[in-house]
Amino acid sequence: MTLPAVEKLIDELTEALAPCFTDPASHPIIVGIETGGAWIAERIHARIAPNTELGRLNISFYRDDFTRIGLHPTVKPSSLPPGIDDATVILVDDVLHSGRTVRAAMNELFDYGRPRRILLAILIDRGQREIPIQADFVGAMLELDAGSHIKLEGPDNLSLVIKTVDSNAG
Amino acid sequence: MPDSDLQLDESGKLRHFLSIEGLNQAILSEILDTADSFTSVTDRTIKKVPILRGKTVANLFFEASTRTRSTFELAAQRLSADILSLNVDTSATVKGESLLDTLQNLEAMQIDMFVIRHQDSGSAHFFAQHVRPGVAVLNAGDGQHAHPTQAMLDMYTIRHHKHDFTRLRVAIVGDILHSRVARSQIHALNLLNTAEVRIVAPRTLIPVDAEALGVRVFEDLEAGLEDVDVVIMLRLQRERMRGALLPSEKEYFRRFGLSQERLARARPDAIVMHPGPANRGVEIESSVMDGSQSVILQQVSFGIAVRMAVMSMIVGQSGLQAGGDA
Repeated sequence: MTLPAVEKLIDELTEALAPCFTDPASHPIIVGIETGGAWIAERIHARIAPNTELGRLNISFYRDDFTRIGLHPTVKPSSLPPGIDDATVILVDDVLHSGRTVRAAMNELFDYGRPRRILLAILIDRGQREIPIQADFVGAMLELDAGSHIKLEGPDNLSLVIKTVDSNAG
Repeated sequence: MPDSDLQLDESGKLRHFLSIEGLNQAILSEILDTADSFTSVTDRTIKKVPILRGKTVANLFFEASTRTRSTFELAAQRLSADILSLNVDTSATVKGESLLDTLQNLEAMQIDMFVIRHQDSGSAHFFAQHVRPGVAVLNAGDGQHAHPTQAMLDMYTIRHHKHDFTRLRVAIVGDILHSRVARSQIHALNLLNTAEVRIVAPRTLIPVDAEALGVRVFEDLEAGLEDVDVVIMLRLQRERMRGALLPSEKEYFRRFGLSQERLARARPDAIVMHPGPANRGVEIESSVMDGSQSVILQQVSFGIAVRMAVMSMIVGQSGLQAGGDA
């Protein structure tokens, strides 16, 4: 399967997000979900609004499967600009699948304050949602077998790779 | 059963936290790294994360404590646990209930995690052997044996200021013989490859097996402080004075009390630590305790993040399905 070029998708997302930054009164803040989402967020931020604040979320403390997968202390801790109250948070992630990561990210956001609005920008939407969450901006739709895993590799030269999950790997 | 077998599960993850002995450098580093990610939780509007939501933690203190007990409570609360704190010396055991009976009664209340301080060495270990599967035990100090979360918060404080253990000289000063804190610190410093660990104390307060612990022994404070990066002062346990191990408090301060003048022997950027509670004017001069090199109050703050780290690692123990869903 030919996978889309990541930089091109980021260009398209950047273009689609531009109108969110025309009115500074809406206080837009880009927030990437660690790790893949944060890489994309950095790039969009650099292209569209380098003067605005940039945040990142490490959602490990909020995952509903925390007791199964544990912590990943190597992932950078969350860092959000002060005062997300009344901001428009543009949440960025690499892959949208079950929707559970986004739910966890929103739970965490509300522990920092009360944003006026949250928008969701996603590089790859692979469908198969398990909870009612949809993206506002999508780079590309991609249908994959349930057993495949798509992953963004970085932080330099971002590229997508597909891995088939070996059911014996545990 | 040695602590290592009890503390770690088949995949090498933390199940109980009983002593530093039996752990490895990877686990210690993971605790420090995890604590790092928890320090920011304290700066947020809502100082809570949902990791222990729905879990119940019982603080069982058979011995008095202020700092350890309250930072364990705060750590559990910031992880969203429900917490039950019991001063056991004022309750059931006074009425003759055995340790095992107390444990079983609390287990009947569906406790998920026990934090235990007890005057007998090995009591946390005993609890860990008898709890039901899935119930965790954290040692908050047992007799003269171990106080592993204190040691880890001390390691966190040292790393915060000094970064690289392999270049450090650390002096632990005071009543090493009776100190569970010192024992745990020595094991942790050695596991983290500290360049040199010194213990400084009067001969009567040095354990007989001291050198086997991997430390250099000094009976003279000024020599022991020469060029060190970290000075850890221990509390003089006044109750020991009765055992004729020491002449008097005044005499102790004269020989082993940390004054500004003596601290000048250490490196100019040396930090001064103390696990508390400190006896001002006995083991440490007030001006040193409140001075610019003292990080004693920081140790208390870091204690919360370190205890959050240990509790969350135990709950998130089974690393079987790494990856998760997007």
